Formats: sequence, C-alpha cells, structure tokens
Amino acid sequence: MSGRVLVGVKRVIDYAVKIRVKPDNSSVVTDGVKHSMNPFCEIAVEEAVKLKEKKLIKEVVAVSCGPQQAQETIRTALAMGADRGIHVEVTGKDYETLGPLQVSKIMAALAKKEDAQLVILGKQAIDDDCNQTGQMTAALLDWPQGTFASEVSFDGDKIKVVREIDGGLETIKIKTPAVVTADLRLNTPRYATLPNIMKAKKKKIANVKPADLGVDLTSRLEVVRVDEPPQRQAGVKVETVDDLVGKLKEAGTV
Amino acid sequence: MAAPLVRIFSKTCRQISRPWGTCQAGWRSMSNRPAPDMSSDQAAGMTSFPPLQTYSEEESMMREAVKKYAQERIAPFVSKMDENSAMDEEVIKSLFEQGLMGIEIDPEYNGTGSTFFSSILVIEELAKVDPSVAVLCDIQNTLINTLFAQLGTPAQKEQYLSRLSTDMIGSFCLSEAESGSDAFSLKTRAEKHKDYYIINGSKMWISNAEHAGVFLVMANVDPSAGYRGITCFIVDRDTEGLEICKKENKLGLRASSTCPINLDNVKVPEKNILGQIGHGYKYAIGMLNEGRIGIAAQMLGLAQGCFDNTIPYTRQRVQFGKRIFDFQGMQHQIAHVATQIEAARLLTYNAARLKEAGRPFIKEACMAKYFTAELATLTTSKCIEWMGGVGFTKDYPIEKYYRDCKIGTIYEGTTNVQLSTMAKFIDKEYDH
Repeated sequence: MSGRVLVGVKRVIDYAVKIRVKPDNSSVVTDGVKHSMNPFCEIAVEEAVKLKEKKLIKEVVAVSCGPQQAQETIRTALAMGADRGIHVEVTGKDYETLGPLQVSKIMAALAKKEDAQLVILGKQAIDDDCNQTGQMTAALLDWPQGTFASEVSFDGDKIKVVREIDGGLETIKIKTPAVVTADLRLNTPRYATLPNIMKAKKKKIANVKPADLGVDLTSRLEVVRVDEPPQRQAGVKVETVDDLVGKLKEAGTV
Repeated sequence: MAAPLVRIFSKTCRQISRPWGTCQAGWRSMSNRPAPDMSSDQAAGMTSFPPLQTYSEEESMMREAVKKYAQERIAPFVSKMDENSAMDEEVIKSLFEQGLMGIEIDPEYNGTGSTFFSSILVIEELAKVDPSVAVLCDIQNTLINTLFAQLGTPAQKEQYLSRLSTDMIGSFCLSEAESGSDAFSLKTRAEKHKDYYIINGSKMWISNAEHAGVFLVMANVDPSAGYRGITCFIVDRDTEGLEICKKENKLGLRASSTCPINLDNVKVPEKNILGQIGHGYKYAIGMLNEGRIGIAAQMLGLAQGCFDNTIPYTRQRVQFGKRIFDFQGMQHQIAHVATQIEAARLLTYNAARLKEAGRPFIKEACMAKYFTAELATLTTSKCIEWMGGVGFTKDYPIEKYYRDCKIGTIYEGTTNVQLSTMAKFIDKEYDH
C-alpha cells in the first residue's frame, strides 16, 4: 500500500519549562516562554518517516494549526524527513479556544482534500492532555482508529497496530484509510541533522485558512479559571506505629 | 608571530554566506533565554538594523538541534573522556552523523552547506557541554575544511572534502618545539626531488592527531627565502615516515588529543601541495584569523556553560537563612560576570558577521579571542568560588571548566600576540 500520510504536529510549551499561571487566572503564561514540538508528535513524525524509508508510503505531509510560529514546528518536522507542510492559520481568539474538536475537523477536511491513506497523530498534547483529537478525527471521517500505538506494521491491505492498554498489549488489525495515534514506546525520534535542516529550507509549506476547508472554529467550551495545583503541605512526624494509626484514623483515611 | 600585514585572504566563489542585514524569515531575537514570542505585527515594525543576537531561521534550528544533541549524546561521556584523556569513538562518530564536521562544506561533497556563523553557533553550543569536543569541531571546520575548500585543486577537493565531512578528521601542523608564537621560524624542511618532496622535521602541540586521517604540514622548501619558503603539504596518515607520538598529559581539554609528530624522510608527491609553493605563511595567517573567531566561540560557550551550571546552585543553597544568591556581594559579582559574558558574545558574533559580510575583521577577531579567553578564566574562577567547597571537587563539572579555560589565552595566538596585532591595526588607523 502506498500513498500519502498526514502527520499532525502541535507547538506546545517545552516539557522542561516550569509552567506559571497568569495573575488573572485566565490561562498559563506563554509570552517569552520556550516552545517546541509536542513529544508525542515527534514520535508520530518519526513513524511516518520510517514508513517512507521502508517504501511503504510515498509522501509525508506535516500539518500544524496555529499562528505564524507554528511554521517553526512544521520546519522541524521537515528537518526530520517530512516532504512538505501545511500551515493552517489560526490566530487570536480562535487560537485561544482551539481544541481537539476544531483540530479534528481540520484534520478530517485535510485528510479528504489530500487523499490521505493514513493520519498519524501523537496520542495527546502535553499542554492540555486531552487525548481526543485522534479519536475525533477518525469518527468524523468514519475511519478505523489504532490509538496508543506502540507498534505499527503493514499486513497486506490492513494495518496491524499493537496498542498499549491498562492490562498490557492489544493487537488489532484495521483497514486503511485509518487514523493512528502514537504512544511513547512506538519509536525514538531522530535528531534533525544539520544537512537535513538545510534541506528542509527548500521544502514547501502551504498556507491554508480554516474557512477554506469549510471548518467552523466556534468552541463549545469556555475556560472559566486556571489555577496552580495546591502547594504541597508539610508532613507530620510521629514517634510510634500506634501514633501513626491514630493520625490516619483522625484524618479519616483508615 | 612576525606577521607582515597580509591582505585578508578573500574568498572567491566559496562565499555562501549572506550579509546578515538581509537574513530571511526569522526576525526573532534570541539569546540563551527562551525567545520572546514575536507575533506577526512585530515584523511590520522591523528595521534593517536588528540586534546582534538575531538569527536566521536556519541558524536558530541548527542551534536548537545541536543543543539537544550535545545534551543527550555528549554530556554523558564528558566526565569519562576527561578522566581517561581520550575522546570516545561514539562521540566522534555522532559528530560526523549530525553533519557537524562539514558545516560549510558544499553538499556536493556531502557537507551541510551552511554558513560560517552557523559554525560559530555550533561551536558555542558544543563548548557549553564539552570544550574538548568543541575544539575538535572548530579545528575541522574553521581550519582544515576552509583550507581545502579555498585552496584545493578540483582533484584535491574530490579526494578529501567528502571524507572530511563524513568520517575523516584533519590536523593542522604548524607549531614546533622551537617555534610557537614565532611560527615562521619553523625548521621542518621539504627538499624537492623531481616530482616529489622529502619532508624532515618535528611538529608539536598538534590537536586531533590521535584520530586524524590527514595532516596539513607546514614545511619550508627554501630556508634561504625565510618565511617565503613555507609551503602547505597534504600528508596522509599512513604515509611512511610519519610518526604520531604519545599524546600530552594536559591540565585541561584532556579529551582532545595533542601529540608531537615526527616526519622522518616522509615522501610527499608534488600534487599534494595545497595552494602555491612559498605561500604557506599567508594561508596560515589567513586561516588563523578565522580560527580565532572559532576559539572565541569555544571560550564563550565554556564560560556560559560554566555559569549555567553554577547559578542554579546559588539559588538553592541557603546560608544564614537566605539563598547565597541573595547576598549583595554575590549579586554584584554575578552581575559583573554576566555582563562580561554578554560583551564577549557580542564581540564574537560581530566579528563573525563582519567576516561573513566580507568586511575587514582581523582586529575585531583578535579582540573577540582575547576578550573571551580572559573572560573564560574570570568566569570559571568565580564560579568555583560561588560553589564553595563542592566547586573544588570533581563531583561537579565546574572544576573541569576551570582547567579547560586556561588554554584559551595560549593557543591559536597567545593573548600577547593578539594585543600586539590589535595595536598594529590601531596604529594604522591613525595614519592620515
């Protein structure tokens, strides 16, 4: 089976950064904060590029939704081996309320427009931890989905996906076209080597507006308030085991 | 060294660099702190004189990639390499794999095809993690590759450039036991016979010698002509008569091999002359002018890396009920050092941009090298003090930076030589 793979990449606050909430509790501080590609999206890109290297698919298209800076994330995907990029321009208020529902509508529209055989996404983003976009995209397209993938292989005209589930590993076979979401152990993303960064400069990034895809970005959610987790309280030292049991009973936990 | 004021070796077709005033896309100003989120309305107000810490998108991506790579693939080996005084083979291999050893080499020869400034950024980022790895990368890129790219005949470029960018390290052999700063008094002799030369002599302080596959040897074909007889010869490692001696047991930069080399009737064919006979002195000066900026980048990265490893400790350690960072005496010292690092960065970046723009840059390059080397010694010394007792132990990386920095004021032109060179330029500036 050969064809086009769409990979969604999201620009998020870098995992190493200490998150701070804005004084007005409306959201977290993003100005002047280091951003990078969502780690699960990196794994998704790596998988797509690997499939291309194995000659199982022909083209990898990296997609990102957001303001101008989303192009940096697409460039990183290009430097890792994607062939071209699509930047779906979403700015201002629309960007603030952009969530899995809107992104999955965009991905679904693009998957149809680009005649994609496979859509690979990270299982979730490390900023909102939603874990919904892949599933919603599959539902909107009425395509099968292989989520939490820790192994992906082609089996004739089907895809074999080994999924990480609570009880262990589950293997499923799904028909293409399909949506797959990448979990941590799927692969180890490659570094963008310097020569690849140079090559990425020549690759194209197309600019698209959500309206062009007929997507309505209205959010059904309103963020009321954002708070930091409660400060960790100091512990209490006890002398004997009886004291310990006593304290636990007091706290109502035993 | 007794350097006649030689015109800067101007590049011809090789100059791939863009004048930085016109660099594309990313007008994001970035320092080592996270970049401010520049929205698109910023672009509307942009002028043609952005701050020095402005990078093209390509340069930013390279810097990020190298930073990540250095943290993950080099940092785990640093301590062991220093202890054993040996560069790990894995590290060398990964440097080549990442394309870091052929940054300016044309893609035609498997190089990365990027610019001089990208090399500077790469060297700086590597030096933050390990100055020894940075110097390996610096010598390869700013000395060896540049010499081949600028002076090589098509045949020489064909033979060497692709190897230099993929798996072969090069060494630059100028210094001898009796000629360091006075480089042109070198005694290594090359006698002409028909279509080959016989080279005899010894070289000293040759970096990368342990792993190098090719050696650029400066030898004199005509001692009666003085320095005008110095010629650059390409000598392959396996040439008979070439002996690489035991490496020096050094104070710092221990992972970088530094060896004496003996040349005992080494036969080198005429076609292995790089550039023109008797022009070796010009090439040496020209390349060392550029190499100077590379060393400045190395010392800069060293200082920054040391600083970055120290400040978190000062923010954590509490004495007399407050963080040691909060004591005014500490704050003043820290701010002073931070200012010096910033100044060093600007000197280095500006010298690099001047060179890329094809403008005179020798004085500025000397200033950058001199200033950053001195700054590195100040920073590392202060960092040990700020760390207190633990700074003095090998359990923390600080003492390694302290040992590594000292060579900065010595190699590729001592501090005194830099100052004398600068003075010559200053003198000329007031000639009317």
